[in-house]
Amino acid sequence: MLRYTAKRILLMIPTLIGVAILVFILLRLAPGDIVELKLLAEGGQVSPEALAAERARLGLDKSYWLQFVDWISGLFVGDFGISMWTGRPVIDEIASRLELSLQVAIMATILATAIAVPLGTLAALFKDTWIDHVVRVFAIAGLAVPSFWLGMLFIMGLLLTFNWIPPLTYTPIYKDPLGNLAQLIWPALAVGYRYSAVAARMTRSTVIEVLHEDYIRTARAKGVYERLVVARHAMRNALLPVITVIGLEFAFLIGGLVVTEQVFNLNGIGKLFVQTVTRGDYTMVQALVMLIAAFFIVINLLVDLLYAALDPRIRYK
Amino acid sequence: MNAGRAIPAAASSAPGRGRLLLRATLRFAATQPLGAAGLVVIVAMLVAAMFAKVVSPYDPLDVDYSAMLSSPSAAHLLGTDDFGRDILSRVIYGARTALAIGFLASFAGSSLGAVIGVVSAYFGGRVDMAIQRVMDILLAFPIIVLALSVVAVLGKFVVLGLDLNLVVAISIPIVPKVARVVRSAALAVCVMPYIDAARAAGYSDGRIIFRHIIPNVVAPYLIMLTAFMAQAILLEASLSFLGLGVTEPTPAWGLMLSGSSEQFYREAPWMILFPGLAISLAVFAFNLFGDALRDWLDPKFKI
Amino acid sequence: MLRIATLAVALAAASALATTATAEAPKKGGVLKFAVSAEPPNYDCHGATSFAFIHPVRPHYSTLLKFDAPKYPKIKGDLADSWTVTEDGLTYTFKLRQNVKFHDGSPLTSADVKASYERILNPPQGVVSIRKAAYADITAIETPDAHTVIFKLKAPNAAMLANFASPWDCIYSAAKLKQDPRFPEKNILGTGPFKFVEHAAGSHWVGERFADYYEPGKPYLDGFRAFFITNTAARVNALQAGEVLTEFRGHSPADRDKLTKALGDKVEVLESAWVCSLVVTFNTQKKPFDDARVRRALSFAIDRWKGAEALSKIALVRHVGGLLRPGYELAANEVELAKLPGWGKDIAKARAEAKRLLQEAGVKDLKFKFTNRNIPMPYTPVGIFLINEWRQIGVQVEHEQLETRLYTNALRSGNYEAGLDFNCDFMDEPNLQLIKYISADKSSINFGRYTDRKLDELYEKQARATNAKDRARFIREFEAHALQQAYTFPTIWWHRIIVQWKQLKGWDITPSHYLNQDLADVWLNQ
Repeated sequence: MLRYTAKRILLMIPTLIGVAILVFILLRLAPGDIVELKLLAEGGQVSPEALAAERARLGLDKSYWLQFVDWISGLFVGDFGISMWTGRPVIDEIASRLELSLQVAIMATILATAIAVPLGTLAALFKDTWIDHVVRVFAIAGLAVPSFWLGMLFIMGLLLTFNWIPPLTYTPIYKDPLGNLAQLIWPALAVGYRYSAVAARMTRSTVIEVLHEDYIRTARAKGVYERLVVARHAMRNALLPVITVIGLEFAFLIGGLVVTEQVFNLNGIGKLFVQTVTRGDYTMVQALVMLIAAFFIVINLLVDLLYAALDPRIRYK
Repeated sequence: MNAGRAIPAAASSAPGRGRLLLRATLRFAATQPLGAAGLVVIVAMLVAAMFAKVVSPYDPLDVDYSAMLSSPSAAHLLGTDDFGRDILSRVIYGARTALAIGFLASFAGSSLGAVIGVVSAYFGGRVDMAIQRVMDILLAFPIIVLALSVVAVLGKFVVLGLDLNLVVAISIPIVPKVARVVRSAALAVCVMPYIDAARAAGYSDGRIIFRHIIPNVVAPYLIMLTAFMAQAILLEASLSFLGLGVTEPTPAWGLMLSGSSEQFYREAPWMILFPGLAISLAVFAFNLFGDALRDWLDPKFKI
Repeated sequence: MLRIATLAVALAAASALATTATAEAPKKGGVLKFAVSAEPPNYDCHGATSFAFIHPVRPHYSTLLKFDAPKYPKIKGDLADSWTVTEDGLTYTFKLRQNVKFHDGSPLTSADVKASYERILNPPQGVVSIRKAAYADITAIETPDAHTVIFKLKAPNAAMLANFASPWDCIYSAAKLKQDPRFPEKNILGTGPFKFVEHAAGSHWVGERFADYYEPGKPYLDGFRAFFITNTAARVNALQAGEVLTEFRGHSPADRDKLTKALGDKVEVLESAWVCSLVVTFNTQKKPFDDARVRRALSFAIDRWKGAEALSKIALVRHVGGLLRPGYELAANEVELAKLPGWGKDIAKARAEAKRLLQEAGVKDLKFKFTNRNIPMPYTPVGIFLINEWRQIGVQVEHEQLETRLYTNALRSGNYEAGLDFNCDFMDEPNLQLIKYISADKSSINFGRYTDRKLDELYEKQARATNAKDRARFIREFEAHALQQAYTFPTIWWHRIIVQWKQLKGWDITPSHYLNQDLADVWLNQ
């Protein structure tokens, strides 16, 4: 197990380096840079010399190779650089927005799990009955409805019925729990629906699978009370893939809140991402991509390790 | 999906060659009523998109300042937008954009993914290792940066009213996901004794791949092709909503939801309702069909 | 002497009372919450260009002069108590107020004004000065005493006084600039009515009342809070829900109607013509746009009058005008306008002329790509409108909407065929407004890539004109030539619409969203 874990951790390194190279190149392929945007886009009349001076100040005049080396060597000592747009440290800019996005993601996860696991189990137990059909339609619809559209409908509904909108500024939950929830529950619901749909489908199919396993049949044959079978045996074994899906969806969510944060005007990672990408704030985008990629890879790794720990066959493959 | 879980090969699921398409469809409909319903919706959308000119009551680009923001009526069944453009016509033409981009992106992404998966599994060793690392990178890479960069770098490349570069952007995230699943499926075949036998008999790699491996990955490929069509349609809608995809005045569902439509919910809620419903319906239909196809072709396959 | 002075003060106080008595007496207190649709990258006025900068930052600073909002374009003193300009137009002398303090308590002197303008004129290493060119005529800045500043010019400049009222010319502390010329980038230290409290990146900006503001009793507000809300619908919703009381840039007519319908007489609407226009510009180095007939044909094809009427219902554009904002004293009147190519009211005739011109130029089945900015309001509707107009003369246009960075790059680098550009400076001054149209080697915002010395010469003449009549004549000549050549031509001028909750008082709309934003006179009736 230790060897497997070490191997998997080592494999993260080339992946992260690959991500770093890819984002570095992709960003610089696009025409136009942040200096033009900052100084010229609103009609500014700036001389080419002033543009060049500003580029030099941001290090954009250096060769790509040097820029890359600067960035990577900074990464190794935990220095992500400063934002080319605001001049503040990248890490501060991200930190001030991470809390919000994480909270939305966590709330969506809780909501999704709370909805998905009971529904999925019910559907499996009553496979091919109307309960199953209702759950399946609910789940497939969850995959179909774009969460940004759902968000728009929420705002519309709140404004039309109560003439009320969620608060504009974020307050941490430990300072003002009500104000915090009033703002973040809506986006959590909007993304949580899709999320619960994915998890409900997975719950349903794994529970069905587990119910066909021999030991369950044996238990049933022995006359163990049906509900006990489900609770004791089936659920425990069925939950692992469900946890997997929930974990992976969570990792996906951190990068996937982009559109929803836009709709709800949330000052989170997703909105920051769109802004910095469109501005061409290289240092910010690079840091965000590395962060999201690392997050995704670590969650994946954890999920795989969990599997390996429970299923020895994987380790020795 | 994650790499740890091997997906059993669909050894017996390749449809027989002589079987009539019609008979297959009828059997499918009989065993998978929900899937059949999805298929009906898809076919209906396809027909509407193909014959958009005939079906839609107006030219989707026709600006009519005298009919701005009209509510649904006999003249405009789904109302008009802020330019007086007929929403029904724009939704119908939007189906063309969604289906075309969705199909092309899913087809390109799934096919490339399948090829990579098969190659990775068949050659194994270092080739496999290298390919897997590249796939890992793509999987971990946030789609919005990919999409924006592709669109920005390549610009627009419009063929028959379709921006092919947008198709490329949407297809990229599909590649690694399909590659993984197909690789697992192919691996299961590669360890079969008859593959070794074929090698020993001196058959060429190409022949072994085409004769023995490809038929065994067709089922997961088809299942994923449909599943990712739904995702591609959603992704196109999201990108267009963010202003990174299709641009005005081309009718596209995501685009119809962005920009001014949000501002007219009181005066013209139909501007928000119908394009959103269209996206949901299309994705819903593809998911229903995809699920049914999976159950039909390969009940054990999970996605 | 002392008695006379006291009497004068008493009289002044009485007259002040008399004027305010006719209106409502301002109340003190309250925090003004408003929305801003973008966010400033840093805090340096001299290097900033966006209204999103002005709205939160301007209340912290003072300038030498400022525009008298209700009487725009009239100018009044801000830090300057009084000023004189010599007859030859070469010397500007400003007397500063005596009792002005920076927010850290240090007094403002002429040295601060001099240091600030020198920073604009000759930015030190690492400092960006956007509007340097507007002050190129200044040869020396003198400070004979602590409260007098003298600017010497090398030639008369018709725009100079207005330049000193620029909201961008924040006066910084000379001492701080000496320590670090880039001090204002990350710090706010001004003499304006509000002190800086907090900027939460991506979220909001807070200012509080500066008790030692030079004008006693002002500002009325205890503070202000600006919310950065990029999404238009979210912004309007916030206004509707009363989370913010106003937004100072402007709303679309649809948003105005929506808000007034929902809130009735709780809100009031202020409207004004806007000194912004979207202009069509051609890359004259690309065929067939090197041919004036083709460009003119495309101008003729646009039904500006009908378009203005229709678009004004959905977009923030409304006014038909030439190179200067309709309604501005130096702008073309309706009779003069009607003579310009493409501004006639008979659209059938104009389109026939357009087709004739295309035929004469030998251009058949014209097809081109139209580069636009992907900002929904008003770029998208105007783009859709233009493409529809050009369709009427058989021209096929592909709409390419790029996000701002790519759009800016495409226009600047000439990587486009035809595009929708904008001209939107902070005041009507022709020196600013006409730069867009002079030769590319003299104008960094001319994206048509052409050289037309006749325009350059006329521009120079109007800028140096010492009387208004001459200036107007040169401007008309400039306009006629520019639009005949049609390298770049205006489409429809913008219309500024502000919707504010009624308890917000003391704020006047001007034709520019860059002006009148120090919030010194704003108060809340609550």
